[in-house]
Amino acid sequence: MVKNLHILLVLIGLGAIFYALTSDFESSDALSPVAERYATQGPDEVGAANLVTAVVVTYRGLDTLGEVTILFLSAAIVAFFLKVTNGNGGKRNFRPVSEILQTAAKVLTPAIFLLGIYVFINGHLTPGGGFQGGAIVASGLVLMLLARPDMKISHTVIHVVESISGFAFVFIGILGIFYAGGFLDNSLISLGTFGTLLSAGAIPIIYIFVGLKVGAELSNIVGHLQESQNEA
Amino acid sequence: MILKIIAIILGVLIIGLAVYALHAKKLTVAILGAGAVSLLASVMYLLLAAPDVAMTEAAIGSGLSTIIFFYVLNKIRKQNG
Repeated sequence: MVKNLHILLVLIGLGAIFYALTSDFESSDALSPVAERYATQGPDEVGAANLVTAVVVTYRGLDTLGEVTILFLSAAIVAFFLKVTNGNGGKRNFRPVSEILQTAAKVLTPAIFLLGIYVFINGHLTPGGGFQGGAIVASGLVLMLLARPDMKISHTVIHVVESISGFAFVFIGILGIFYAGGFLDNSLISLGTFGTLLSAGAIPIIYIFVGLKVGAELSNIVGHLQESQNEA
Repeated sequence: MILKIIAIILGVLIIGLAVYALHAKKLTVAILGAGAVSLLASVMYLLLAAPDVAMTEAAIGSGLSTIIFFYVLNKIRKQNG
């Protein structure tokens, strides 16, 4: 009874807060000054057909670097905590995997990997980008692990891919300071024709590295969780 | 108009699934409910003209985090029983 009363009080409080937020809300027809500048100058300055990518990689590139770092930290923390408890390495009795899943995984896994790579290579043209593509690659790996639970993932390969792409991301950013307008400026390479694959300067290269890094980090988390299941 | 109707149906479904996930007896069903909430939310983002966010939500929210919840649930069950 008292518990329900508390829940009711919390709900009323939340309602009051959100009411205050939404009661004087008016949707504006015009863009805010910053957004308007991005929308009008973006195609000329950055050359990316997907404006979201122009903002994420170039105008707010430092934020993206921070996000990738946070993801790296959480992957490292998951690896750290699961590794400590993974001492005895006991064998686990796998439930037999259904044939439908195994066959479907064989057909679908390459297609999913290809879709992920497509998404991050075309990040400057179509919706999506490094994060989305990396997550799709990692979900392809999940399907592989579900179909063959005894599969071992090579952590060395994942670490090498992740380190190289993280290093390359920062390196391209620093090159921008010396040869272009500033950190992570994409006009390092010529902008090319608007709307083609080889356009928007350094954005495709940066997004390929971001995609590889995110894919490696998420695969690392899933791989560690998979291995920690072996424990008795 | 038709988009508004679809959006309202989606919103009702999302809230319904979220409440169902909270009250489900079996934890596996609750995890699947939470994953379905993410999937419907990604359709909602698509309706709101944010395909980039929709892709992230579909891949991470309903794909990877559901799997991670299952792994963790399996591990907790093994340690408890």
